[in-house]
Amino acid sequence: MSFPWANQYQPKSPFMQWVDSRLPVPRLVYNAVGAGYPVPRNINYLYNFGVLAGVALMIQIITGIVLAMHYSAHITTAFDSVEHIMRNVNSGWLIRYIHMNGASFFFIVVYIHIFRGLYFGSYKAPREMVWMLGVLILLLMMATAFMGYVLPWGQMSFWGAQVITSLFSAIPLVGDAIRTWLVGGFAPDNATITRFFSLHYVLPFVILGVVILKIWALHIPGSTNPTGVDVQGPQDTLPFHPYFTAKDGFSLTIYLILFSAFVFFMPNSLGHPDNYIPANALSTPAQIVPEWYLLPFYAILRAFTLDFLWIPAKLWGVIAMFASIILLFFLPWLDTSRVKSATYRPLYKKFFWVLFFNMFLLGYVGAMPAEEPYVRIGQIATAYYFAHFLIIMPLLSFIEKPLPLPNSIAESVFAKSGKKPVTVAAAPAAAQPAPAE
Amino acid sequence: MVRFIGFGAGLVFVLALIIGALMPREATVEDPIKKIHLYPRHAQLSHDGPLGLGVFGTFDRAQLQRGYQVYKEVCSACHGLQRIAFRNLGDLGFTDAEVKALARAAEVPSINPQTGEPATRPALPSDHLPPPFPNETVARLANNNALPPDLSLIVKARPDGQNYIYSLLTGYDKPVPAGHDVPVGLHFNPYFHSVNIAMAKPLNDGQISYADGTEATVDQMAKDVTTFLRWASEPELEIRRQTGVATMIFLFILSILSFLTYRKVWANLK
Ligand code: HEC
Repeated sequence: MSFPWANQYQPKSPFMQWVDSRLPVPRLVYNAVGAGYPVPRNINYLYNFGVLAGVALMIQIITGIVLAMHYSAHITTAFDSVEHIMRNVNSGWLIRYIHMNGASFFFIVVYIHIFRGLYFGSYKAPREMVWMLGVLILLLMMATAFMGYVLPWGQMSFWGAQVITSLFSAIPLVGDAIRTWLVGGFAPDNATITRFFSLHYVLPFVILGVVILKIWALHIPGSTNPTGVDVQGPQDTLPFHPYFTAKDGFSLTIYLILFSAFVFFMPNSLGHPDNYIPANALSTPAQIVPEWYLLPFYAILRAFTLDFLWIPAKLWGVIAMFASIILLFFLPWLDTSRVKSATYRPLYKKFFWVLFFNMFLLGYVGAMPAEEPYVRIGQIATAYYFAHFLIIMPLLSFIEKPLPLPNSIAESVFAKSGKKPVTVAAAPAAAQPAPAE
Repeated sequence: MVRFIGFGAGLVFVLALIIGALMPREATVEDPIKKIHLYPRHAQLSHDGPLGLGVFGTFDRAQLQRGYQVYKEVCSACHGLQRIAFRNLGDLGFTDAEVKALARAAEVPSINPQTGEPATRPALPSDHLPPPFPNETVARLANNNALPPDLSLIVKARPDGQNYIYSLLTGYDKPVPAGHDVPVGLHFNPYFHSVNIAMAKPLNDGQISYADGTEATVDQMAKDVTTFLRWASEPELEIRRQTGVATMIFLFILSILSFLTYRKVWANLK
């Protein structure tokens, strides 16, 4: 895998030798996240968010398994069992608040990771597969988070499920049948909570599987880097361990500090108070909103007010909401510019920041009631979202004159300091694991 | 190919949205309630600690006990507190014997062991506080068809909950604005979302006499019961903050050490 100058695994102890020659797992780990994986030496802190996302996923899985031991998936007991966790289970409040805020932090980390990818052109050849697997993870995360939010069976759980599942009934002819099939009835009920619990338990492991595929795909070309120039030789890279494990370790502690601030001192600030009211099918909340991380897409859903081309506005909203994520799969082919990094793409860089700001605007509109001026702002912001990916990015590739690129990564790193690059790589050695006799 | 289809789809989306944005809107009628409605005012409560940051503060036990007294003597006539068991009252600073006595004073439903008929017995510390009404129908009949919510989670179940409860309880004496009619059976309170609440003014000066001699003004009782309800909603609050501070100190030291490690590892490169 990866570059020919990568360090080779040499078991030190006879025991590891024995294991490695029979089951080369130590070698696998060494090549995946150890000294055997060469990484561009100039990647910045934004490149730490991939590892952080992996940590966030593991936190969710571990706390989730513990919560499932105490949770009861039934409409008559779900809410009470969550309060039982909060009040009677030893440190139950801690586990639940970690899980609750952990979902938000998982999305924060993943969104930063995606914007990093957009800025430095990480979706471009030869990393299309890495990018597409990432979009798939995002979709799975959204489905998992939505179903998880339903499980406490509070007011927002119930009404959120009601609103989101009724989207499917906008599909002509078969819509109502699909919705009934998804929900297990005509409205969210016990059949809904049990199936959502089952899926909410299994999907994170599916995500984990896709993450493994993604890392596998990533390790063929290796990471991009802020210059967007390909790795050319050993002077351009450093082994993942110890250089980037040390860097990731530091960023992880910063992440945990911010995370703990929420878990311990404002655990409910990212949630909606109505979810502490038990679900009640007879009382509709004043305003139904999803969790904050879905707000931009909720804004896109609600942006269409016009029956256009014989398609009703509601269906437009549903199509647009799904399209807004599906189109990301095609990004590698929508942007044909050869230059990866926005640092050397003066025009794209400007549009990138417009998109960045636009996402916040969409999120804000998503949280607001459907009235003026929010509807119009939402419509313009949604129009920009689609224009950015479908119209502007393809055109930019033709119009734009990129700035001159540095000759190599090493040159860009050492140009300023004027020093000679220090290379950290082993002499090429036997690449194959030694088979056991 | 992808680019052509994408371009077409993009144009259709943008057109639909731009035309939608240009369409004239129906004139909206401003909801008159919105003008009268007030956002909660700040309740200065000691458990929020220095600057009200909510990092270090712990509950004042005397205040918690006073708050429980207000709940028991006033609110419990209409509102349940079903997620709290008598044993939890030990957190308020009551001794085991006091908790037992508090429990014994309440009656809970049981079954007569001889006849199997429904009966009642004195509560045990493991029993939860008994609800004021046996079911929703009875509760609504007694309250002019409104339902007094259970208060166990009320502070977490309202935006800015702590300030809101305090403002609601102290917000009854505001004059009714000209042109606003309060429907029969409801009471004007600008902090309530519809400004007309079914709950009559529950607190009046000197209504109860505190065992510790504190003067029972509306403001004092509102603060005390709000503090008590905060505890009822988040009984883990103190341990959460303490664990949080310890975790933060630990992580802070760890982050410095890991930063130094990072610098050391990279030192030979630059
Ligand atoms: C006479 C019965 C009665 C008493 C006593 C009473 N309440 Fe209420 N309370 C009600 C009713 C009825 C409602 C429902 C109001 C509505 O929905 O309009 C209510 C609602 C509330 C609400 C919810 C408001 C909201 O935002 O939905 C709170 C909080 C509250 N009461 C607190 C208290 C506290 C604290 C006390 C004790 C100091 C108390 N109540 C005493 C009858 C009572």
